[in-house]
Amino acid sequence: MSVNQDKLRDIKEQDRYDFRTEIDYVHRSRRGIGVDVVHEISALKGEPQWMLDFRLKALDIFLEMPMPEWGVDLGALDFEEFYYFMRATDTKKRTWEEVPDAIKDTFDKLGIPEAERKYLAGVETQMDSEAVYSSLKEEWESQGILFVDMDTAVREHPELVQAHISTVVPIRDNKFAALNSAFWSGGSFVYVPKGVNVEIPLQAYFRINAQSLGQFERTIIIADEGSNVHYIEGCTAPQYAEAALHTGVIEIFVRKGAHARYTTIQNWSRNVYNLVTQRAVVDEDGLMEWVDGNLGSGVTMKYPAVILKGARARGMILSIAFAGDDQHYDAGAKAIHLAPDTNSIITSKSISKGNGRSGFRGLVHVARGAERAQSKVVCDALLLDPESRSDTYPYIDVSEDNSKIEHEATVSKISEDQLFYLMSRGLTEEQASAIIINGFLEPFVKELPMEYAVELNRLIQLQMEGSVG
Amino acid sequence: MALEIRDLHVAVDGKEILKGVSLNVERGSTHALMGPNGSGKSTLSYTLMGHPKYLITQGDALIDGVSLLEMTPDQRARAGLFLAMQYPVAISGVSLYSFLHAATSAVRGFGDRSARPARGRFNAHLMPMREFRKEVNGKLDLLEMDPVFLRRYLNEGFSGGEKKRAEILQMALLKPKFSVLDETDSGLDIDALRIVSKGINALQDELNMGLLVITHYQRILNYIHPDVVHIFVDGRVVKTGDAKLAEILEEQGYEWVRQELALGD
Repeated sequence: MSVNQDKLRDIKEQDRYDFRTEIDYVHRSRRGIGVDVVHEISALKGEPQWMLDFRLKALDIFLEMPMPEWGVDLGALDFEEFYYFMRATDTKKRTWEEVPDAIKDTFDKLGIPEAERKYLAGVETQMDSEAVYSSLKEEWESQGILFVDMDTAVREHPELVQAHISTVVPIRDNKFAALNSAFWSGGSFVYVPKGVNVEIPLQAYFRINAQSLGQFERTIIIADEGSNVHYIEGCTAPQYAEAALHTGVIEIFVRKGAHARYTTIQNWSRNVYNLVTQRAVVDEDGLMEWVDGNLGSGVTMKYPAVILKGARARGMILSIAFAGDDQHYDAGAKAIHLAPDTNSIITSKSISKGNGRSGFRGLVHVARGAERAQSKVVCDALLLDPESRSDTYPYIDVSEDNSKIEHEATVSKISEDQLFYLMSRGLTEEQASAIIINGFLEPFVKELPMEYAVELNRLIQLQMEGSVG
Repeated sequence: MALEIRDLHVAVDGKEILKGVSLNVERGSTHALMGPNGSGKSTLSYTLMGHPKYLITQGDALIDGVSLLEMTPDQRARAGLFLAMQYPVAISGVSLYSFLHAATSAVRGFGDRSARPARGRFNAHLMPMREFRKEVNGKLDLLEMDPVFLRRYLNEGFSGGEKKRAEILQMALLKPKFSVLDETDSGLDIDALRIVSKGINALQDELNMGLLVITHYQRILNYIHPDVVHIFVDGRVVKTGDAKLAEILEEQGYEWVRQELALGD
């Protein structure tokens, strides 16, 4: 394998994510979709027959399903433009020293190894289609935790993968779930045994480096009874002229009395289509929390969901979206109450700047038998410019009379008096706006580990300056 | 070295509110501006600070000889002007501490992007935390404020008195050359008024600050002694004198001024 070194370069000084690494890919599939590509990916990974069959079935479903005609404009999305698989290195590494230099430099620039040393329990980094490095600290490994990339999981824990994959997000759930099921590569597999409390976060870092790549992370997280886990994913990509596609499927299993939190800070470049399905099923007394921060991508469709299956199961979905120029988010949340005394809290905060547009689509469904279910939905939108836009589409579907559903929505603008007040204290208009926005986002930011809160504030500043590529 | 206001005319929504105001507040001196409700006192304070709603139709305002009129509010603040507002607005989610840190850093030049290294640390625009913390604690002591206060969101749910103290706390950290105190006494009980006034006096001594104390009542002038008292009616200064003028006004009321003006016509 040969890797060109020292070819990292900054396109823009302000944005440390917008750089590309020159890599001679070990393998790259042809452009476009086909049975041959599915066979090729599966063979390269040395997969068992059941997984190849799963992929082929998914491809059929993908081809027969229509494109969604709601939410965002996908008219320019041409599936034949993308490469569906790119392998950056022959083998995934367990120690940082073994990682090829160009890739190492990429993640060094993104601050991953430093973060791992300081405050993470384990790290997986994925460059384009596959994981290039993953590690789990000894103290957690010894407690029986599994934290591997999904390809490894299929090889080493096939029974666990087979028992869980596509049971929460069926292949047929939506066209992009089917696409992911056919072409998935990478993503994480996490299993936390009964009663184990992983006190510090596990992190996965997804990087799209190549132009015109389709990245299809597939993640399964199982928090067994009474366990506790926090998984964080970060996503970045450089800006290219041609679009890239990120289509993830994330399935989470929160067993009895367990607690799982999944945090995303998504800062894809503006040429990325971000079409993600993430869903958790929660057993009795379990708690699932989605903390979802969207700053990047051009077009996003994403509706984190909780299926509250056991009695007293709880779900929290907290999201922010910051739509700058030419960005359109159609994001939201779903809470499906299937059991008595279940509780969901959905909080969505969106900011739209320039011609940016953010929409919130929320679904609360209370099934028959889910007595005394409670749900609270709060959507706050902040519009920064006259041409900015925000839309809210709440859907509420209740089959039990004694459930309690609350819905609040506000749309606001930065007031002249607030700006004047802050500016009269020496802050520039830009700084004053950023402070007001930070205040607006505070309920989200305070849920992040400190390091991520700092990073998010930095990203918001960049977004305000309009320089996020 | 002075805050000079020269024949200032200001209109709001097409209606003239200030009709030719002239004042000259030297550094280290205290001027009181007393007037009935609706006379345009707050218009004067907002105009000086640069609120976009107020349109200057004539005249000028200068700080140490430099006109303020072309400056944005933040430039005015950095030039050394401060306005303690009568009705400070609330900003949710922003702690008083982080706001004070950002504002203090901005006024002291930490916010100047050109002075920052291109790949400087994230918080390069902020004053070092430890240094700032120490200074804030000193000012909290001066104003007899509980440090817990710093964790609350800026002006959100503050009582009238708490807002006024927070304004003076900001003044203490921004170290202006000239301060306009707009009805700082309103909403303060007698103990709070005494503490806040003591703080203002100490800051004036420390900073050699010029003060323009805008007030309806004479009460605050028992604690902050003015060198000059102006009586302000219907958008202009109608009478100027020494501290005794405030006492006469307190005894006789604004009706006395109106009668005097009528006689003078």
